[in-house]
Amino acid sequence: MADEKKLCLSGSGITKVFGIGRQKTVAVDHVDFNFYEGEIISIVGESGSGKTTLAKMLLGLISSTEGDIYFLGQKRDISSQKKKQEYWKNIQAIFQDPFSSYNIFNKIDSVLLDCIHMRGGRKLPYAKKVELMSEACSFVNLKFEELTNKYPFELSGGQMQRLMIARIFLLKPKILLADEPTSMIDACSRATILDMLMQLRDETGMTLIFITHDIGLAYFVSDSVYIMEHGKFVESGTADEVILHPKEVYTQRLINDVPKIYEEWDLSTV
Amino acid sequence: MANVMLEVKELTTKYITRFGEDVYAVDHVSLKVEEGKALGIAGESGCGKSTLALSLMGYYFAPLHYTSGEIIIDGRNISGMNPDEVRKSILGKEIAYIPQAAMNALNPTRKIIHFIEDVIQEHELYITKKDIYDRARKLFETLGLPAEVLQKYPVELSGGMKQRTVIAISVLLLPKVLIADEPSSALDVTSQKMVIKMLRQLMETGLISSLIFITHELPLLYNVTDDIMVMYAGQIVEKANSKEAVFDPIHPYAKGLMGSIIVPEKGLRDVKLTAIPGVPPNLKRPPAGCRFAERCKYVQPECKVHSVDLRELEGGRTYRCIFSEEQLRKAYQNG
Repeated sequence: MADEKKLCLSGSGITKVFGIGRQKTVAVDHVDFNFYEGEIISIVGESGSGKTTLAKMLLGLISSTEGDIYFLGQKRDISSQKKKQEYWKNIQAIFQDPFSSYNIFNKIDSVLLDCIHMRGGRKLPYAKKVELMSEACSFVNLKFEELTNKYPFELSGGQMQRLMIARIFLLKPKILLADEPTSMIDACSRATILDMLMQLRDETGMTLIFITHDIGLAYFVSDSVYIMEHGKFVESGTADEVILHPKEVYTQRLINDVPKIYEEWDLSTV
Repeated sequence: MANVMLEVKELTTKYITRFGEDVYAVDHVSLKVEEGKALGIAGESGCGKSTLALSLMGYYFAPLHYTSGEIIIDGRNISGMNPDEVRKSILGKEIAYIPQAAMNALNPTRKIIHFIEDVIQEHELYITKKDIYDRARKLFETLGLPAEVLQKYPVELSGGMKQRTVIAISVLLLPKVLIADEPSSALDVTSQKMVIKMLRQLMETGLISSLIFITHELPLLYNVTDDIMVMYAGQIVEKANSKEAVFDPIHPYAKGLMGSIIVPEKGLRDVKLTAIPGVPPNLKRPPAGCRFAERCKYVQPECKVHSVDLRELEGGRTYRCIFSEEQLRKAYQNG
């Protein structure tokens, strides 16, 4: 099975150390991973376990102290700004806080137009661009006519997060990295957003990397799960394996911390 | 019959916008919390949960205005009271409030003990600092927080610890009602569990007489509260005890909300999440009929004509729909 799938993003011995000498903090400690094309992968861990640092390294926002990341089988080269931009055509991200994901001085049109330009649509006639933007907005259940000439702060959190997905719809990257995309959104919009992400995956066949502290969410969306504790992957495998039959104490604790409704929730463990 | 700690009758409050428009964010809400009970309020963003919490305290800042209705805390009517009076004699003592971003409310330049001194000295003039310290330490120990926290600055504490500290400070004066507005939404699952444990502890040790817990995370409500009230567009759409509200909702909106629960238990992956399509109505111009009609799967033409009243079932359960319980259940069975 594994050899049929194409390797999309992989790395071995990835390490990130902040600070030097006695103040040194090892945020990510020699992690190995193989992400295959079209998979949904979850990285789960509590606050401070190094999830976001790893995400930033995958995105190329910060460099790793040790270890190389391989993209589509080749060593990733992001040595210059130009090469970085080329890389970012293939990997995009949705962050936790939709409010800080936008430039507040730019109107929503320009956010979406940027995406079209990035895909080489700079010379398209304007009517065509509007058509593309409307299509992207209707994919996420927003109306483009209502959004033109608005600034990002005029939208609600859920709308902003959906607009983020509209961007991804226009860009069609190979990899989408979602860093806690639903933690600031209420349970009802969460279902909508998860549905959209999964639909997008089915349509474009992209790899979806999900970073979350909620193991329930991870179980619901992902094919494979990586559990992270203090910068290390302590357990990994398919979602059913890891969550229904956890081996590590840490994984069991994470599962216990999620509120239960069908059985008694044991509060004495914290 | 237990003592009623908080009773609210037909409370209506509104926001007045810059352009003079009225937005009724809390629309004829009635509720009752008995001694030793916890009430949960659920609903999506923008449905008026937090406005309800603010309104319950009787402490109105523009643009929020009191319109009509009564708020009775332990036999004392505080509706329409002067805000200064409310601040002096109600807040903290009778009713305490933990806002959504409570942990950011701590001034980073002061130690935790200073906040506690502030609160106690405001209400008890002739108390010594040593007495305050002893009282704070005792409280912190009861709640399982280390006493060293008192001598620390807020920046030295983690998010979960800050949140728990704020909760401890809010119950210093032994309030009759504690309103917790999304106390755990910015925390990770482990800290969230600690906060939940603490809320339960407060109830068990009798530090607070009753609790109103506001969140959109239904599994949390289920684990803390006795009753759950579901709000939609400023109105109550369903009220039931927690078990019935989670496993056997009647109102179509409540049903949709329960469909969005994610818990890591076997069989979850086969369940499809039922996202409710559409967006809540604009409360500047609320629809004439049922407010949920636009998004309801089972909508009928008559839904959009007249406003719908709450229906009461046996056992104090209420819901707001033109259909009877049997009709709705049949509709759910047929999909």
